[in-house]
Amino acid sequence: MAATAELRLLEKSLGLRKGNKYSAQGERQTPVLQTNNGPSLTGLTTIATHLVKQANKEYLLGSTAEEKAVVQQWLEYRITQVDGHSSKEEIHPLLKDLNSYLEDKVYLAGYNFTLADILLYYGLHRFIENEFLKTRGFSTWDSFRRRKILLWWIFIIKHSFPVETTPSQNTLLFYTC
Amino acid sequence: MRLFVCEGAPGSLPVLAAAGRARDRAELLISTVGSEECVVPFLTRPKVPVLQLDSGNYLFSSSAICRYFFLLSGWEQDDLTNQWLEWEATELQPALSAALYCLVVQGKKGEHVLGPLRRALTHIDYSLSRQNCPFLAGDTESLADIVLWGALYPLLQDPTYLPEELGALHSWFQTLSTQEPCRRAAETVLKQQGVLALRPYLQKQPQPQSHPPEGRAVSNEPEEEELATLSEEEIAMAVTAWEKGLGSLPPLRPPQNPVLPVAGERNVLITSALPYVNNVPHLGNIIGCVLSADVFARYSRLRQWNTLYLCGTDEYGTATETKAMEEGLTPQEICDKYHRIHADIYCWFNISFDTFGRTTTAQQTKITQDIFQRLLTRGFVLQDTVEQLRCEQCARFLADRFVEGVCPFCGYEEARGDQCDKCGKLINAIELKKPQCKVCRSCPVVKSSQHLFLDLPKLEKRLEEWLGKTLPGSDWTPNARFIIRSWLRDGLKPRCITRDLKWGTPVPLEGFEDKVFYVWFDATIGYLSITANYTDQWERWWKNPDQVDLYQFMAKDNVPFHGLVFPCSALGAEDNYTLVRHLIATEYLNYEDGKFSKSRGVGVFGDMAQDTGIPADIWRFYLLYIRPEGQDSAFSWTDMLIKNNSELLNNLGNFINRAGMFVSKFFGGCVPKMVLTPDDQRLLAHISLELQHYHQLLEKVRIRDALRSILTISRHGNQYIQVNEPWKRIKGSEADRQRAGTVTGLAVNIAALLSVMLQPYMPTVSATIQAQLQLPLQACGILLTNFICTLPTGHHIGTVSPLFQKLENDQIESLRQRFGGGQAKVSPKPAVVETVTTAGPQHIQMLMDEVTKQGNVVRELKAQKADKNQVAAEVAKLLDLKKQLALAEGKPIETPKGKKKK
Repeated sequence: MAATAELRLLEKSLGLRKGNKYSAQGERQTPVLQTNNGPSLTGLTTIATHLVKQANKEYLLGSTAEEKAVVQQWLEYRITQVDGHSSKEEIHPLLKDLNSYLEDKVYLAGYNFTLADILLYYGLHRFIENEFLKTRGFSTWDSFRRRKILLWWIFIIKHSFPVETTPSQNTLLFYTC
Repeated sequence: MRLFVCEGAPGSLPVLAAAGRARDRAELLISTVGSEECVVPFLTRPKVPVLQLDSGNYLFSSSAICRYFFLLSGWEQDDLTNQWLEWEATELQPALSAALYCLVVQGKKGEHVLGPLRRALTHIDYSLSRQNCPFLAGDTESLADIVLWGALYPLLQDPTYLPEELGALHSWFQTLSTQEPCRRAAETVLKQQGVLALRPYLQKQPQPQSHPPEGRAVSNEPEEEELATLSEEEIAMAVTAWEKGLGSLPPLRPPQNPVLPVAGERNVLITSALPYVNNVPHLGNIIGCVLSADVFARYSRLRQWNTLYLCGTDEYGTATETKAMEEGLTPQEICDKYHRIHADIYCWFNISFDTFGRTTTAQQTKITQDIFQRLLTRGFVLQDTVEQLRCEQCARFLADRFVEGVCPFCGYEEARGDQCDKCGKLINAIELKKPQCKVCRSCPVVKSSQHLFLDLPKLEKRLEEWLGKTLPGSDWTPNARFIIRSWLRDGLKPRCITRDLKWGTPVPLEGFEDKVFYVWFDATIGYLSITANYTDQWERWWKNPDQVDLYQFMAKDNVPFHGLVFPCSALGAEDNYTLVRHLIATEYLNYEDGKFSKSRGVGVFGDMAQDTGIPADIWRFYLLYIRPEGQDSAFSWTDMLIKNNSELLNNLGNFINRAGMFVSKFFGGCVPKMVLTPDDQRLLAHISLELQHYHQLLEKVRIRDALRSILTISRHGNQYIQVNEPWKRIKGSEADRQRAGTVTGLAVNIAALLSVMLQPYMPTVSATIQAQLQLPLQACGILLTNFICTLPTGHHIGTVSPLFQKLENDQIESLRQRFGGGQAKVSPKPAVVETVTTAGPQHIQMLMDEVTKQGNVVRELKAQKADKNQVAAEVAKLLDLKKQLALAEGKPIETPKGKKKK
């Protein structure tokens, strides 16, 4: 998913009515937000953070110093680790780490749903959904060892952050869990 | 909170700086862990630095940790900071880790390191200057500044990598670097070792992957050397200099005997550490002093500086007495015998001493006693009773080197009586635990004896004053400065200068008739006495500090005696002695993976190098190529073979030979007319630039680095010939033939320049090239800072023949076995040397065609999404072809990834 499409999706989920203008820059197609007042903003997580503030949903950035740092850490993880890899072989170690991180947590920042969950969900979507499609359900996909990450996955979906996929997949996922 | 850091991990810098700012607000424990320790339970791969929070949660990203510290101190997040941090993570870090890896692990320099980073640095500079703020996100220093400063500091603290023209970046960086928390973080992480402090950590990390655009993965083309951009002015200057030709050479200095300082000239006095007479020097000794000093002496003469290079054998001491006993000779006979051996070895290595003397001479006695008397009358000599180890079995006091035992500081088992090889601390022999006489292995007893001491504490102030004047702006190597600094920091102590021995310089004092001076007091005076034996006007060199530039070469273990003890003696004697202005100390050279060891028969020793069948110049080249400059290095047979075959045979030899062959074959041995195109002029300027770089490096005695410049010029030359194909054009139209002439003429002039630049390193090869090209005598003896035309149109060259021979695997393997340790097993058959014709242009063209063809095969397979193994097999073929091509063209071979040698 191109970064600009992802940002549009985020706008929608955050309930921002009037859409912003985006362009892409450089080799990595880094998104740029054009603003009327003030300089433009560059970078996916920078813009996403900005949008959250625009929507007055600062709680999505964490409320304590610890939460705020954790949220930004996972946003960085998304753009450096998840986006840096393209094949499913490369992504597996990341999923494994994420799974053990989530062992004692509901969301990435603990008990509160944050922007980190949203962007990581977007970033991992293509891997997890593909994986799921191919193997017809995660019961055969390392099932129990990946339980936590799937639980997390379901929680995010429950927050109804839409990704353009067929509903059947999500539903299937939901039931199997 | 607990912060986990690791020695040399670059991420620690910003984190410690940020923690330093917030220190008062948070209770912080810092633990150091190994780089392979998995601190974070949920991450598979080890990651440092890591902050464990009181909640038990972990922050494993340096930026997030910094952010947390800032948040704790009440800072509010803002878009601009977020943007900088995102840019740091996605744009700066990949470029930076590649640059650091390149510099620290692969040892590359200059543009290789800076090139990939330039865009990012310019971006910071531009942002700073455009917004007209001193800091990245406003008027005060903030999170973004700390994170970026911390990331950049390891590299930018070396001014080489902080481009002058980026003024805003410059002042931003300096401002931050001087702030207390940053300064402290930098000290903790880099430990004043600069970027090399990161080495142990980075070495263990996987090589950072740059993300090449799709399709690039197939291409393994050796990267074109990044060419600096040249201004029109630089090009014009290079052309003018070139055109002046031989006319711009000054007259050669007439040879003098003896060489004496001349007022108004640059007078360079060069010494290399005096080798101890009872040992045959090994390759490490040779590169450490005599060979390094020789390169500099030859370079100094090429610059027409008035140069005297001297050395000699250090002959007094117990070791000589013992050796004499062993061999049933008198000490004098031993010295005569080994002095000869040394002289022969250095002669074989072509070391250009003006004089190679010895310390057992009447002059030595006279000068040492004079200095001693002066020190005595000025009150710098103390007398004291010394407890000393005496071996009753051998009936003598044991010199420090003849006692071994357990180091009182670090517990090392084989510490010597004067110094521990492991921790490097100086030891008083009677402090050794479990001492043993090295000769008979019995336990010595402590006896007392009267001795004289040099009162170093009383001289310390003068020494510091002198160092304060000498060190700034001088070329003392960093290790030498460091050693002297640490000695001064610990405070100087009186040092005993006498010994109960017979074989030494007698002590001219009543009650000391049966004692001699301790070798380290009088060995450094050897330089003076050797000069005195060379010329009775020796004082014009040694009591003339204003006119004489003294360079002293040695391995680092000799630094205290040259940089501290002798200067103290000389300053105390108050006789206007010339003191060392540039102290050049090397690190150690290892042999394969261990140390040279005479007793175990491991390693190559000076006298054996001759029996290998490998010419002295090849030895010189390889030893200088791996000179332990800045860090230890290791001699490796395989590496020597590779360097000989790739750098000498295929790069340098191939270029010079082709240039000469074209002149003989196509132009009847007569340099053709040259009509320079703009491209040729640009090449002239590039070569001038590289030549200037060579000069800059050698003036700073960076011998190993300067050798790279020679090879770079020869690579430029090879590419020039390859691109212009004179062998084809010679068969073409009139214009083509003229072009072939220009290319050939320019190439053969580059070859002539190389022969002069090569002279300090490979004197015999240099002379051979100069004879083949019939280079005018004047041009052979002087190296200007500009590339000039020394072989003008119409010049007749001589007969051209190949310069280097290929080293074969079998040959090297048998040498490795022969010198690898244990007793020599392999019959010392002379090395088989096969003459190889260097790769011809046709051969190269053929390889190029094949590379193109194979490249297409691979691309097609990939496009068809063919089976992986099939693709891999074809790629392997392609890589192999490219390697052959690189070899044939004399370009450096890329070492395959993942096969790094420790």
